[in-house]
Amino acid sequence: MKQPPALHDCRDAFVSTLEKLAQSNNNIVAVCNDSVGSSKLAGFSDKFPERLINVGIAEQNMVGVGAGLANGGKIPFVCAASCFLTGRALEQIKADIAYSQTNVKLCGISAGMAYGELGPTHHSIEDFAWIRVLPGIVVIAPADPAETSAAVKFAANHPGPVFLRLSRVGVPDIFESTHRFEMGKAACVREGSDITIIANGTLTHRALDGAELLAQHGIEARVLNMATVSPIDSSAIINAAKNTGAILTCEEHSVHAGLGSAVAEIVVQNCPVPMKILGVPGIFAPTGSANFLLDEFGMSAEGINDAGRKLVDKKRV
Amino acid sequence: MDLKGLRDTARKIRLLDLETVYNAGAGHIGGEMSAIDILTTLYFHTLNIKPEQPDYPLRDRFVLSKGHTACALYVTLATRGFIDQALLPSFLQPNSTLNGHPNRVKVPGVETNTGPLGHGLPVAVGMAKAAKLSTEDWRVFVLCGDGELQEGSNWEAAMAAAQFKLDNLTLIVDHNRLQQGARLEDTNSLAPIADKFAAFGWSTTEIDGHNIEDIANALDTKTVSKHQPTCVVANTSKGCGISFMQDRVEWHHKVPNKEQYEQARKELEGAAI
Repeated sequence: MKQPPALHDCRDAFVSTLEKLAQSNNNIVAVCNDSVGSSKLAGFSDKFPERLINVGIAEQNMVGVGAGLANGGKIPFVCAASCFLTGRALEQIKADIAYSQTNVKLCGISAGMAYGELGPTHHSIEDFAWIRVLPGIVVIAPADPAETSAAVKFAANHPGPVFLRLSRVGVPDIFESTHRFEMGKAACVREGSDITIIANGTLTHRALDGAELLAQHGIEARVLNMATVSPIDSSAIINAAKNTGAILTCEEHSVHAGLGSAVAEIVVQNCPVPMKILGVPGIFAPTGSANFLLDEFGMSAEGINDAGRKLVDKKRV
Repeated sequence: MDLKGLRDTARKIRLLDLETVYNAGAGHIGGEMSAIDILTTLYFHTLNIKPEQPDYPLRDRFVLSKGHTACALYVTLATRGFIDQALLPSFLQPNSTLNGHPNRVKVPGVETNTGPLGHGLPVAVGMAKAAKLSTEDWRVFVLCGDGELQEGSNWEAAMAAAQFKLDNLTLIVDHNRLQQGARLEDTNSLAPIADKFAAFGWSTTEIDGHNIEDIANALDTKTVSKHQPTCVVANTSKGCGISFMQDRVEWHHKVPNKEQYEQARKELEGAAI
């Protein structure tokens, strides 16, 4: 029997990369809101105690402090549960970070429904929507440890605002450890010509599993890992629409205004094809773990397979 | 620059602000007149800055948190040589770099974009912390409106500034006692402001915000209390220098007509310095 793959908490890759970068760059600092534990910053704090700036439970101040640190030449990684970072401090993110074009890296920890059982106050299924509409912030949701590490390195070197959307929900390895992150470039993680599945974050491995089931039904799905939601890879989307004729998107986010909507914006204006957007269907989610809820909302391998088959049928009509 | 020179500069900035708002047909003239003596003292006396190199890394930082009084900042920056004075007539015009709230990307000398209230102090805390981390001795000054202190983000930042012992940070509260729609005391009085900051762990002082000598003394490094941020409550008058605007809530963003403009000019030109 095939062994299930080992699962990883991408926060580990996030902090180990951040600590390595901080070792060689004194300007890298971490800012948090009493989230040393949940942001896994204890190691950073041990190694660089002066450079861990804990503002307490005060997210508006936290984001403003990040902007000020950047003004003073620092490269702040501002870490907090994504629901509080983006929801509580959205105006600071708009004015102090995006509009001011400050060199701040916003790290939304435990995004999506990672805090599944804690309920919708702690879910962050609106963050793609809120952040991707702000001009000038790169929005990234890495899919595995290698991509997380590469995205952190990119963020540290990119001279401007970045929003890293990170999960704590276990994911298998998808990329080689040498994977390089390219801003605004989708990674094709499976070739196929009958349909394209576009996913990111915790959904990429589920999309790959769904594609395997589709293959059993004779449907070859292309799977694009769309780590960068903004700026989005429009040419990969247009090519997918032209070459495969149907697009299924999967995200740990509301179906409104997230990855699927970003893809649809490109599709409808360039090459309309049948599409289906899988995500949280415009409701406050019931109680349950992230994996339970993702299955519940049709994003198990079987659910993705079903949605994919229906879409291919639609294409044939 | 001596005191007389500073007072004369403040008068020139008031006149230029009046003219710019009048020509643009919009602005926030009341709060600009209340802040101009403070801005003049900062830019022509206190701040260690280089107009020819606005991003000089060791410069002192100034944050205009009450961003709606951007016109006063633009006029001050133009008078100090950060931007060309010829730009001022473009204030609020289509595609001008001088919009109604300051933009750091477009205007040399602006440190952070403000407009929504309660943003300046948190950013200034980050700046002051950056200086401490780098063991550099540049200072950070923020100018807030008094009504602006109703925004909770200021108090988050006030706690952090004291916790981080940011003695390189000075907050100046432009205490003109009027907010957009009414008097503070009829809205959310905030009184006593200095005592509140003292309770938050700040060193505090109260001054006449139109007395240049008082302002200069309050902002001097000598007055800084070690390991504590400083809050200077500057008692000011909205519309200061123009009799019919002074202490009148409607002049928050009213624009003078021709007759009022002429009268205001005459009053400012004739004022003793």
